[in-house]
Formats: sequence, structure tokens, C-alpha cells
Amino acid sequence: MKAAVITFPGSNCDRDLYDAFAKSGAEVVRVWHKETAIPEGTDVVGVPGGFSFGDYLRCGAIASRSPIGEAVVDFARRGGHVIGICNGFQVLTEMGLLPGALMRNAGLKFVCRQQRLTVATSTSPFTEGYARGAEITFPIAHHDGNYVIDAEGLKRLEGEDRVAFRYVDNPNGSAADIAGVLSENRRVLGLMPHPERVVEPAQGGTDGAALFRALTGLLAKA
Amino acid sequence: MKARVHVMLKDGVLDPQGEAVRHALGHLGFSGVEGVRQGKVIELDLAATDKTAAEAEVKVMCEKLLANTVIEKYTVEIA
Repeated sequence: MKAAVITFPGSNCDRDLYDAFAKSGAEVVRVWHKETAIPEGTDVVGVPGGFSFGDYLRCGAIASRSPIGEAVVDFARRGGHVIGICNGFQVLTEMGLLPGALMRNAGLKFVCRQQRLTVATSTSPFTEGYARGAEITFPIAHHDGNYVIDAEGLKRLEGEDRVAFRYVDNPNGSAADIAGVLSENRRVLGLMPHPERVVEPAQGGTDGAALFRALTGLLAKA
Repeated sequence: MKARVHVMLKDGVLDPQGEAVRHALGHLGFSGVEGVRQGKVIELDLAATDKTAAEAEVKVMCEKLLANTVIEKYTVEIA
């Protein structure tokens, strides 16, 4: 199983994401934003957290239109797996790979804490290692995590079981407590919380390990 | 030729920053402010000389990058 982790100027969770994939048994390659193609044989692309391009214009906007951004869109449209975490989630919505948008937190403050979540579906390559309804804790650290989607879009997400994670105590005003969503083909996941920061005990928790284990295990078989 | 793009949140999308500004104005004694919406203005210097073509091109720029049309609307002025 081969994972490619993108680094934009301002990414700061790319090394953590690299380590989380590597620890789960994946071969990991790092890809600089000026590259124009996803490496041959890549099974999953990771778009990390951080402040790509200084959050200029809108969070994730510039990254989503960068040369590698277009390659990520092509990769996803061809059926590739993509996970975007925090700023990566913002990038994926800006690419149009996931519906909705992430706005300034309702409380206007940067929120940095351990966040309890429930697993809203276990029917995806990312969440099949969790029981539906299980409560887990991932860290969050963001200023713009307020998930916004129109009523029709929300109905569709709920109807198609595409909410991956929900906040137990909503920290940012997100619609329907949504912390992470899946694409229509369930191969693209975007989430604000950081599973890559809880993959080994030294990090203070291991709730994120099951996500990377499931993904790596599934794609290794494919 | 110059273009000025106004980007605003769509009606119905809650603007937390605008709300914070409204509260701050209230604290300063401006009691009559019933709503604040915060947007941005983007000015472009264009090499183009044809106004209609320039406007059309700037609209494409808005759709592709300058605005996120999921939550934002825009207007284009060419001067």
C-alpha cells in the first residue's frame, strides 16, 4: 500500500501524517506542491493540516488550485482514495471533492483541545475499524472549522450515510455537529479533527490508529 | 484597465465576524446597528482594453478562485 502525503508551503502536519501512514505499514512518499503528478502506484493521497499559503484569500483556496491540487482532483475523480485533515479538509471542499465549506468558528476563537467524537458510519475504508456510534477522542486545532452546507446538501449527506464523524459537544458551530464527511463514492474523507496525532501512546492516545490501520489493510489487499 | 471585485457571503449564510463587529459597535454606543456583513474587495490591474471581454474574464476568475460560490457571491466592476 502506497500513500502520498502532499506538502504545501505552510503545511505543518505533513510529517505527522507521514508517520501515521508509515506506522500502519504503508510505504509513504512525500510530494511537494510544485509537482504536477501523483506518484505512480499511489493508493491513497493525504492532504495534511496546517496553514497552506498562509490561509490567504480563503483557507485552502490557493492550495486547491496549485499544480499538485489539480493532480489530486484527477486522482480522486479516477476513483483514488484521499484523506484531508484540518486544512486538508478545507482544501478538499475548495477543490469541490467534498460538499459544503468551512467557515470561521462560531465562537470566533481558535479552538485547540481534545475533542470527543462519535463515529457516524463504519461503512467506509476510513471508518470500518470503528463500531458505528463508538465514542473516540481526536485532538482539534483550528480557527475555521465551522462546517456549512445548505439544507438540501445536508439532507443528501444524511440520507446517503456520508457523515463520517460528529462532535459530541460541538466546538465550532458546525451544521449537524459534523466533524467529517465522505464523498459520494466514499473514497474521499475530509475531517477537522486530527487522527494522525493519536496513533501511539506517546502522543497521549491511540484512537486514530484504527483509521490508518483499516485504510492500509484494505488498500494492501486491493 | 482596473477591475474591482466585491465578494460577500451569500444571504442566509451566518457571518460570525460580521456579528462580532456588530457587537463591538454596540459596545461603542452605536445602538442602531441591526446587522453587519463583512466581505472583501479585490482590485485587479488588467492589461485588457476591451471592457466586455475583461468583465467576462474576471467573472471566470471569480468562479475559479476569487469566490467560493458555495458560500459567497460576487460582483464585478470594470473602470
